[in-house]
Amino acid sequence: MAAASEHLPTNATQRGLTPEEIELVRGDFPILATEVRGKPLVYLDSAATAQRPQSVIDAVNRFYTTQNANVHRGVHHLSEVATREFDGARVKVQRFINAADSDEIVLTHGVTESINLVANCYGSKFISAGDEILLTMMEHHSNIVPWQMLAERTGAQIRVIPINSCGEVLLDEYEKMLSPKVKMVGVVHISNALGTINPVRAMIEMAHRQGIPVLVDGAQSAPHLKVDVQELDCDFYAFSGHKLCGPTGVGVLYGKSHWLEAMPPFLGGGDMILSVSFEKTIFNSLPYKFEAGTPHIAGVIGLGVAIDYLNQVGLDRIAAYEKELLDYATVQIGAIPGVRMVGTAANKAGVLSFLIDDVHPHDIGTILDQEGIAIRAGHHCAQPAMKFFGVPATARASFAFYNTRNEVDALARSINRVIEVFQV
Amino acid sequence: MSDSNELYQQVILDHNRKPRNFRVLDHPDREQLGHNPLCGDELTIYLELDGQIISDISFQGSGCAISKASASMMTTAVKGKSLTEAEILFQEFHRMVKGELDPELDSHHLGRLTILAGVREFPARVKCASLCWHTLHAALEGGAEPLLVQE
Repeated sequence: MAAASEHLPTNATQRGLTPEEIELVRGDFPILATEVRGKPLVYLDSAATAQRPQSVIDAVNRFYTTQNANVHRGVHHLSEVATREFDGARVKVQRFINAADSDEIVLTHGVTESINLVANCYGSKFISAGDEILLTMMEHHSNIVPWQMLAERTGAQIRVIPINSCGEVLLDEYEKMLSPKVKMVGVVHISNALGTINPVRAMIEMAHRQGIPVLVDGAQSAPHLKVDVQELDCDFYAFSGHKLCGPTGVGVLYGKSHWLEAMPPFLGGGDMILSVSFEKTIFNSLPYKFEAGTPHIAGVIGLGVAIDYLNQVGLDRIAAYEKELLDYATVQIGAIPGVRMVGTAANKAGVLSFLIDDVHPHDIGTILDQEGIAIRAGHHCAQPAMKFFGVPATARASFAFYNTRNEVDALARSINRVIEVFQV
Repeated sequence: MSDSNELYQQVILDHNRKPRNFRVLDHPDREQLGHNPLCGDELTIYLELDGQIISDISFQGSGCAISKASASMMTTAVKGKSLTEAEILFQEFHRMVKGELDPELDSHHLGRLTILAGVREFPARVKCASLCWHTLHAALEGGAEPLLVQE
């Protein structure tokens, strides 16, 4: 059966999705028709992980049912099929983010591994004692801890790019921090905790004026915006498959080829070598140099199918629709007395981080869960950002293109229920 | 009434709003910090001992309604009890929130603490209810290190 997304008009960019189109899209996601605690599931936690369309589930199932073999090894038919599918997915990723060459696409386990790879391999070659690494105050722990571990090893310093009370990077301060000592800038494209869309194009340009490379954490942007790594001119861009409606355990590191060529390998093992003897090992070419061991083949193929799916719906239309939904939710939820938004940047993606008076976010999360509404409650792996806003945690509703205004209304009703229970 | 009230009952909400024994003891014999880094819940338990009897107990800290109400109810439950009785309550409470002790069927000494039995339906929240008990347990064991609850 063809996915509903194939029936959507593809000529209309820049406009969102109609309610009828959303219903078709929702039909592609089997989990959205399920119930939780006796209520229809309202899934508002796509920033943690997105749901998967049937086509992705089928692709993974099909691989294990009829195509399973290891890649880049066998001469037998199945291995050739698996290798063709696997390499084809890499090309889909390349086109998805408009990389110049598929050799610049390293397949990893996710953003966390991608950033650890850069921190280790770029870091060991180009960062030493006294050097500086700039990170914004709103980074996810996965773009903080690998750099801290590197700094610990090398004696380099981490400096924090400040933000304002809306959750926006202070560009003037950032520009002043750029100096010959800075060897890397790490910036999250869209903050998972605040929803801020950072001005990464401008930040990259400022850094490049001084010859400083920039790593963009694209975990939240790849599923929600059209990303063009050549237009951004970023040196590294990392994203995860599971936030993109693909399988868990698979992710991407894009790196400009001159950096990847210059960097030593990450993990050693099979597939990343050309020849091995006990005297000397010759490493494989890009991107295989960074892909030791048997990869998550089914996951990579599933990621390719997830990209096909998003392309059919259209990233521009997804972004436009999610913006409409965010604006609607901001008004509906923001109007409830006692609700305080955390993260009010002018340029935001579909993330609503909020507090209800002094009700702890975990209590909010549990009461919403009783209504079948899934949100995230906690520090969102962004404790420095939480500390900046003076809170240990927030409740966070995050939206994807399969969410509806009705679901926002359900969220608003349940927030009122929290207020009723706690009599705030 | 919605089923969320199974957990957020009036007694729990009342203890959250007006926690009992929510203060610092002037001359505690034991003081123990408990911290759940996952959700940021943090509380300190103060104990005054008269031989083998908990003559006074109080707590301070911040956290969700479940952790605060549980701590408040714990202080009222163990005040005046012997160390052995408190240890038995700790064991029984722990088994109840883990779903290993059914307060309707199994014998126990939990009394009003059974109001927190509903937390067993919410595995992610069990640690909220048990943070205070683990902290008390550590205080009675005489541990001086801050306690990190990560179960």
